[in-house]
Amino acid sequence: MNQNERYELNKELAQMLKGGVIMDVTTPEQAEIAQAAGACAVMALEKIPADIRAAGGVARMSDPKMIKEIQAAVSIPVMAKCRIGHFAEAQILEAIEIDYIDESEVLSPADDVYHIDKTQFRVPFVCGAKDLGEALRRISEGASMIRTKGEPGTGDVVQAVRHMRKMQKQMAEITSMRKDELYQAAKDLQVPYELVRYVQENGKLPVVNFAAGGIATPADAALMMQLGAEGVFVGSGIFKSGNPAKRAQAIVKAVTNYKDAALLAELSEDLGEAMVGINESEIELLMAERGK
Amino acid sequence: MKAAVLALQGAFAEQEHMLGEMGVEYFEIRRKQDLGQEFDALILPGGESTVMGKLMRELGLMEPIREKIKNGLPVLGTCAGLILLAGELSDGEAPHLATLPVTVKRNAYGRQLGSFRTEAAFGKTGEIPMVFIRAPYIEKTGEGVEVLAKVDGHIVAVRYKNQIGVSFHPELAGVRSVYEMLFAKAG
Repeated sequence: MNQNERYELNKELAQMLKGGVIMDVTTPEQAEIAQAAGACAVMALEKIPADIRAAGGVARMSDPKMIKEIQAAVSIPVMAKCRIGHFAEAQILEAIEIDYIDESEVLSPADDVYHIDKTQFRVPFVCGAKDLGEALRRISEGASMIRTKGEPGTGDVVQAVRHMRKMQKQMAEITSMRKDELYQAAKDLQVPYELVRYVQENGKLPVVNFAAGGIATPADAALMMQLGAEGVFVGSGIFKSGNPAKRAQAIVKAVTNYKDAALLAELSEDLGEAMVGINESEIELLMAERGK
Repeated sequence: MKAAVLALQGAFAEQEHMLGEMGVEYFEIRRKQDLGQEFDALILPGGESTVMGKLMRELGLMEPIREKIKNGLPVLGTCAGLILLAGELSDGEAPHLATLPVTVKRNAYGRQLGSFRTEAAFGKTGEIPMVFIRAPYIEKTGEGVEVLAKVDGHIVAVRYKNQIGVSFHPELAGVRSVYEMLFAKAG
């Protein structure tokens, strides 16, 4: 199979995840809870972002043994994170047949200039982006799915909202441009012309676009879906809360019926304590600034 | 002719795009009240069957949809949709609608690295492109089930009365013949 066919299949797997919730899990038990709650995939990692933030130090790819245990525990796709630019970690994740690699700013970047050349891999990659330029650069490097960067581990949705709004606004701008203006747009965004042209012709990214970072409640999930996300990642929001199973189920249903306010009200009732959260202005390390 | 698309999770927009291309009117089923509308055919899309099954149960969709299928509503299940229809799942998981007398093996080709594209004969329409994404296949068929396609010896498409189940994604490859077969049943 050639690389193009493989890339199409990888984009198509992301299409199957749409309208779903991808949950961070650190143990096989959590993975089972997530699957039973209706997660469409799980992200296997040693520490959830809130704890990575609290612990400080260098955050790396998780132990493959722990990832394999999670793969054995669930039937839904399993994703795992590698550091930005760390293609050797990505090779290891491919070797254990991970379903999706997240080249993630949540971990400490391994390379402050180059991202991974994702076209060299058979497994798919999802990458974070805070604007259209970043999204299209990651796609040109071979990412087959995009997510907002948000600000992981904070429970504060403000950055995910900012990234999603910015991306949607920039796409709307491109859609309204004259054809001869696209060359300059490509230059301004620092991306290949062909991708800008795709956005103009289709009014959307050539890959699936999820929301991630700071989503902690059914309302947060519904907000991101209404802003144009095709699904959501929930990291610390679930297993840092009082009743993870109940909250997880509520977020799953909120993503399916994100416009039904009466149902959202019902889903938001009695969920127990939400993760405490840190406001954007209170944090010292902005992970979203990693990798541009 | 009006089709309903189960739009709880997964690639329902791709199904809708396909219906749009074919000039077929459609609407989405996300809640129980959506079933109040009249429709002639139902499409169960690809996605995660565990998610769709759970949501169908909890949103009160499982029983009414099962009834409609049993009463002859033409239905097409693709990939996860086939799993929803299956009477039995070989991993021992509880079946969902269980209206189609087949045993389906989930993730039968392994993880994403096992996903592939191929061409194979489908019913009487000759070869069609088939896209398999973490796909299931059919291990056993019950009485009266017609096999429509096989890939490498494994059954990947069947028809049983008003139900069509396929392991692959006709909506991704733009294969009209699968839909035409469904709509022929819808009259």
